Amino acid sequence: MIAFIIRRLLQSVIVMIAVAAVSFALFRFVGDPIYSMLGQEASISDREELRDRLGLNDPIVVQFARFLGNAAQGDFGISYRLQMPVAELILQRLPATMELALVSATLAFVTGLGLGVYTALRRRGILSNIIMTASLIGVSLPTFLIGVLLIWVFAVELRWLPSNGRGAVVQIGNWWTTGFLTTSGRLALILPAITLGLYQMTLIMRLVRAELLEVLRTDYIKFARARGLSARAVNFGHALKNTLVPVITITGLQLGSIIAFAIITETVFNWPGVGALFINSVRFVDVPVMSAYLMMIALIFVVINLIVDLLYYAVDPRLRVDRAARSH
Amino acid sequence: MTKLPSALKLTASALALALAAGSVSAETIRWARVADALTLDPHSQNEGPTLALLRHIYSTLVSRSVDGTLEPNLATSWEIHPDDPSVWVLKLREGVTFQDGAAFTAEDVVFSYERVLHESSGFRAIHADVTGAEAIDDYTVHVKMSGPSPLYPNNLTNFFIVDKDWAEANDVVAPQNFAAGEENFAVRNTNGTGPYQLVSRDPEVRTVLEAHSGYWGDAPEITEVIYQPIPEAATRIAALLSGEVDFVQDVPVQDIARLEQSDGVKVVTGPENRNIFFAYDMTSEKLRSSNVDDNPFSHPEVREAMALALDRDAIRQVVMRGQSQPSAAPLPPFVNGWTEEMNAYDAPDVDRAAELVKSVYPDGFSVQLDCPNDRYLNDEAICQAVVGMLGRIGITVSLNAQSRSLHFPLIEKWETDFYLLGWGVPTFDSAYVFNFLVHTREGSYGAYNGGRYSNPEVDAKIEQIATMTDLDERNAVIGEIWNTVMEDRVFLNVHNQLLAYAVKDGFNIEVHPENSPTMWTVTVD
Repeated sequence: MIAFIIRRLLQSVIVMIAVAAVSFALFRFVGDPIYSMLGQEASISDREELRDRLGLNDPIVVQFARFLGNAAQGDFGISYRLQMPVAELILQRLPATMELALVSATLAFVTGLGLGVYTALRRRGILSNIIMTASLIGVSLPTFLIGVLLIWVFAVELRWLPSNGRGAVVQIGNWWTTGFLTTSGRLALILPAITLGLYQMTLIMRLVRAELLEVLRTDYIKFARARGLSARAVNFGHALKNTLVPVITITGLQLGSIIAFAIITETVFNWPGVGALFINSVRFVDVPVMSAYLMMIALIFVVINLIVDLLYYAVDPRLRVDRAARSH
Repeated sequence: MTKLPSALKLTASALALALAAGSVSAETIRWARVADALTLDPHSQNEGPTLALLRHIYSTLVSRSVDGTLEPNLATSWEIHPDDPSVWVLKLREGVTFQDGAAFTAEDVVFSYERVLHESSGFRAIHADVTGAEAIDDYTVHVKMSGPSPLYPNNLTNFFIVDKDWAEANDVVAPQNFAAGEENFAVRNTNGTGPYQLVSRDPEVRTVLEAHSGYWGDAPEITEVIYQPIPEAATRIAALLSGEVDFVQDVPVQDIARLEQSDGVKVVTGPENRNIFFAYDMTSEKLRSSNVDDNPFSHPEVREAMALALDRDAIRQVVMRGQSQPSAAPLPPFVNGWTEEMNAYDAPDVDRAAELVKSVYPDGFSVQLDCPNDRYLNDEAICQAVVGMLGRIGITVSLNAQSRSLHFPLIEKWETDFYLLGWGVPTFDSAYVFNFLVHTREGSYGAYNGGRYSNPEVDAKIEQIATMTDLDERNAVIGEIWNTVMEDRVFLNVHNQLLAYAVKDGFNIEVHPENSPTMWTVTVD
């Protein structure tokens, strides 16, 4: 067990370094930050001088080594754009993204599970068919469009909910701000959370439905029915329980995607999270912020995968021998 | 029947009165724009949104009014020294205080000069001719130039004055140095002489300003400014329509018509100090992207044909939805050196243009057009339209539209044959256009002369006007330079951009040619 964990941790470090290397190689194609940093009056020699001072003229390998060295000491540099320490900028924005991701993941899981169970049990009902058709729209409509539509209906036409921003926030400790404790903060969460969670919700719903239908066909369910157990006990006590293992795995993995793909939702709703920060940084070619952000996302995925692996290990005895031996 | 409306009217007017009474004591404006100020350091970033926000907190010696003329601000007068034409004498306003209570004196101006000329300043190039500033007494400053600089005060409109003692006490005698890896105190803290002072700032989320009670000028009607960057256009407009913001500065041209029809919102438009034009490599032996063995743009016939193929009115109507002023020279109308003729452009004549191309290249030729897609109003769409127009006269253009951070290096490194560029003239004088776009590239000249145009005669004249003190003679030389530039067809100009501001009814805002609206001049109905 300990050997397995150590091995996985080492692999995680390698993954992180690989992500950093790939992102660094890509930055060259994003453009030259100097044009955003200096005004149009700057002479060619001024530009060259700043490029030199920032070390942008060094070979990419040297830049990468410098970045890794500093990052290992927790120093991600100063943002070219906002002139603030990158680590502080990201930590300031992280609570907004985390709260949004948490609410939409919960929303997606609860409604997805409920609707999935309903449509599986009432397979031929009219409502089930309507839900299934509607879920197709949820899967196929781009997040951007859903966000704009929701803003249009609920903010501009009905004026029930705010169109953008996070509302009033409360500071907790040094590093956390929360919108949960104010009315405007809670109202501001509704539309972005729905937008961000809609895709995951339909995904979970379809997964639950498919898994449940599968389980309902198995012999032990038939047997339970034959024993005369109540429908409730059969459906929820036996069938649903066995459905949940893959559903929880997928939901956990999707949490990483929700954080990473919050970019679009954050842009549409002007949500002050790390995703919006990243997009603005790409526009400006703010290399320090971009690299730190990608490292953070890589870290989140690595940690989630690690936890999932460890959970497998703990939950499913059949995997233990297999996993440890294969060590993929 | 008649009684009810009048009663209503009475209530309404009482309500209006109450509102008006309220407006005297406190009026807030919520101002949304595409991007936030990058920093609050007054000498670090020479960039539009940064300057626009800082102008509310820090003051300049001289201001630019909405009609483009210079107005006194912290300097009450400026004149050339009677004995030395290379010295500007600035008389400063008395009785001005910084927001921390310190008095404004000549030593603050001298210190600000040192700071703005520092290596890490973003404004060094604007003051490149300044060799030093000297305080003669508390309210007189002599600015020494490397030679006579008759139009130098035009360069003062974005030069913010900081308090020397404050800067020294907080260790911010120089602007942010990125290589140092530390955040400068001035990035998030301010102390200016402007009409507003900083209350709070959450970068890229919200910045709140309140009226500075010690401001030397008239107290503004707007007493609180809440500034919110909203990058996404649809969200920005939605926020205005839903009443969450009062003023949207960057209105996409496609939304103008709809906003004009919406209740409670009005749109104001005005010319921006920015021209959009194409330029091409006229001097290389061979182009990088063309299928012919010589340089098509070196032929005057081809350049003329391109000018005849360009249908500026079509671009104005279809691409810009009427929001542009087509013109023939890359110079906004309020800039010194502009003449009526610059607005006159040939009507498109496709047949004649096609013939001209055919006379040099019977089979036509191909070339790549480089275009930014996130810098100017509908920049990529303008390029697409021009690709079609040139296609009709036998020029096959492949479009390479990309982000500005990839586009501008092409011009600097001379890696483009044919490109779109927009140019503003912050000094409001033609010399600025010549220095950057027309003069042969050498030293500080010609940084954006991506067309490699080089004419020794023109270069000599450009250098000459830099130090000419007789303004009439100088303007005559400027006219000569423009004539040559137009005859040689150095630029294929498209139009002057128009700005559109959308504002909630009740607020009166004028469009500023530098796109730097001032909240202290906003009036409330």
